[in-house]
Amino acid sequence: MQHVDVKQPEPPTDDNRWKLLQGKMRKLGIGRSSLIETLHNVQDIFGYLDESALKFVAGTLHVPLSRVYGVATFYHFFNLRPQGEHTCVVCTGTACHIKGVDKLIDQIGEVANVEPDETSPDGKVSLLTARCIGACGLAPAAVFDGEVVGKLDEETVTGKLKGWLDND
Amino acid sequence: MTREELQEIAENELEAREELDHLIFVCNAASCQSSQGLQLIESLKSGIEEKELGDTVEVKGAGCMGLCAAGPLVLIEPDGILYTQVKPEDAGEILNHLESEAVERLKTDLEMPFFGKQVKIVLENSGKIDPEKIEDYIAMEGYTALNRVITEMSPGEVIDVISDSGLRGRGGAGYPTGLKWSTVGIAEDVQKYVVCNADEGDPGAFMDRSVLESDPHRVLEGMAIAGYAVGADKGYIYVRAEYPLAIERLREAIKRARRLNLLGNNIFGSQFSFNLEIRLGAGAFVCGEETALLASIEGRQGRPRPRPPYPAEYGLWGHPTLINNVETFANVAPIIRNGAEWFASIGTENSKGTKVFAMAGSINNTGLIEVPMGITLRDIIYDLGGGLPEDLKFKAVQTGGPSGGCVPEEHLDMPVDYESLKEVGTMMGSGGMIVVDASSDMVSDVAKYFVEFCKSESCGKCVPCRVGTAQMYDLLDKISKDEATQRDLDLLVDLCDVVRNTSLCGLGQAAPQPVLSTLEYFKEDYDAHLQKATDKLTHAVQREE
Ligand SMILES: Cc1cc2nc3c(=O)[nH]c(=O)nc-3n(C[C@H](O)[C@H](O)[C@H](O)COP(=O)(O)O)c2cc1C
Ligand code: SF4
Ligand code: FES
Repeated sequence: MQHVDVKQPEPPTDDNRWKLLQGKMRKLGIGRSSLIETLHNVQDIFGYLDESALKFVAGTLHVPLSRVYGVATFYHFFNLRPQGEHTCVVCTGTACHIKGVDKLIDQIGEVANVEPDETSPDGKVSLLTARCIGACGLAPAAVFDGEVVGKLDEETVTGKLKGWLDND
Repeated sequence: MTREELQEIAENELEAREELDHLIFVCNAASCQSSQGLQLIESLKSGIEEKELGDTVEVKGAGCMGLCAAGPLVLIEPDGILYTQVKPEDAGEILNHLESEAVERLKTDLEMPFFGKQVKIVLENSGKIDPEKIEDYIAMEGYTALNRVITEMSPGEVIDVISDSGLRGRGGAGYPTGLKWSTVGIAEDVQKYVVCNADEGDPGAFMDRSVLESDPHRVLEGMAIAGYAVGADKGYIYVRAEYPLAIERLREAIKRARRLNLLGNNIFGSQFSFNLEIRLGAGAFVCGEETALLASIEGRQGRPRPRPPYPAEYGLWGHPTLINNVETFANVAPIIRNGAEWFASIGTENSKGTKVFAMAGSINNTGLIEVPMGITLRDIIYDLGGGLPEDLKFKAVQTGGPSGGCVPEEHLDMPVDYESLKEVGTMMGSGGMIVVDASSDMVSDVAKYFVEFCKSESCGKCVPCRVGTAQMYDLLDKISKDEATQRDLDLLVDLCDVVRNTSLCGLGQAAPQPVLSTLEYFKEDYDAHLQKATDKLTHAVQREE
């Protein structure tokens, strides 16, 4: 096999997290097929995918930026904008829909002043929706900062949000 | 690792269990974790320490016990007592009652049909082992099937057993598994792959998640056996990123299996090597479609491509690739252990074995069940499911998710198998089952909901699906808002026909199904909306005059 020494781009800033990312990328293997896994890593580390990260990934994996951008926007799981301090992912799957999750989404929007798939102007809460989080037996369900909460009603929702909003 | 060493691990584990007076299993799958399951485990553990029961009682976190709505669940062995809705503060009382009568107020009747009518193959270990301990799985005869195929059987013989068992794919369409394996088996290529489809994008379904969280090694063993049978030394599990606990347990399971050389190179000292990697989905329903899934593993946008060629001939990076669903792989080891005849004796003529269903919606016992094929929907809903909560009237049960349809009351006595469901305009799908009560409107709650889903999940590659589902949605929206006429409804039916017949992949081809099936069985819901539209118009005209 011919050995090609391809130049790797420098990280955009001297933030140490880029080093962490580089380590993970080396472990995954530098190649086109690692693209999605790499984007997952970027999102794990930085919380979202910004332009400098997309460019860095493109450069390191030797994939055209257009393709990196295409993949990042194709998949719902990737955020191209920073998320709020807290995130609330509400399930809109069938079971949750049948159990009236729409009303809860409206309620969250009102209490936290946020539209679905947006972050509130004060940066406190991001309200996201998901197609089934696999807790259908406990519908309606949502994930509050990583914690799955089932059998949601207006009271629990308000309680959770008030906890976030009043706390800091 | 040799067979003897495997046996030794199993015996050690079983002996350790024998020495205990009681083993307490607490569900710590995602659902129960969300209802204080982890805190419960902690308080049981500290209770045992306080009461100095450490030598005789052990607490284990276990997989899903099925009755998710009543979680967290606790199983006390060897007495076989099941407690439901246990709170962390109940720990002391449970420990105090280990040697005497059970705690009546928490106890559930294991004789009730929910448990009595189930037949467990895929979920046989679920709730009875700690999914994070490979020894627990080995104690349940885990990896003996892999050992047997590698040391005693030829790849062809393995494929024959799977074919003879009559196993069909559990990912939706029900393609004969043995036939798929033999196609990949005879394909000529030095590199072949095995892929497990754990995308489970169907909303309302959580069977695969539960298997992965409760008994991950069973899936790994099934994949390794498949690898041996078709001649693949490399496998991928494609899991959706929305299932963090399942991913964590899979990672752990792969690591432990590799450490014991049950995965990796020269397994059981043979020539056979099998390495597994996890690939994460990223929230796109269409990636469950097999060709889209492969594109996604390759690091591309998950867009389907025309078939043939099928992945069995032209799959990952152009090599022959076997793709099966989680539950399909989970059936493999028991079939090898117990034989094709045993499996084929369960179920119906053309649908063998069992199926795991996730029951949700307007039903008392929401949760997970495994039942023999051929059981009736009525038995599932009223016996196992405990019927609908009081003062709700049954209207329909939706199966097959966005690709499926609704079954009304009149067909509830039909047996559940691939063909019967198709006959009444729905499909088995992955096993989501949503019970809809009379308060629901089939137009907006079912038809419009699923079409909206397909519209937003369409990958946009082909026009009929991209544009067609959008127009179907607009029409349904108009109907549900009492603004449509008979002409709109006729147009909707025509559109269904076009989208179904001209879309490239299963997403578009099946998108009209929820509409057609609600139209067939619940036309009155559509008519009511049309009537209201006419009335509105008449009123408006009258007011003008
Ligand atoms: C839009 C679409 C989504 C699908 N989603 C899944 C899925 O989430 N899980 C799955 O196992 N199969 C899914 N399938 C079916 C797969 O394409 C494939 O048939 C299946 O994984 C084969 O495995 P089996 O033979 O074991 O059923 C989907 C199909 C389509 C068209
Ligand atoms: S039918 Fe829909 S999802 Fe399938 S390829 Fe066409 S546009 Fe994409
Ligand atoms: S439908 Fe909401 S968790 Fe599955």
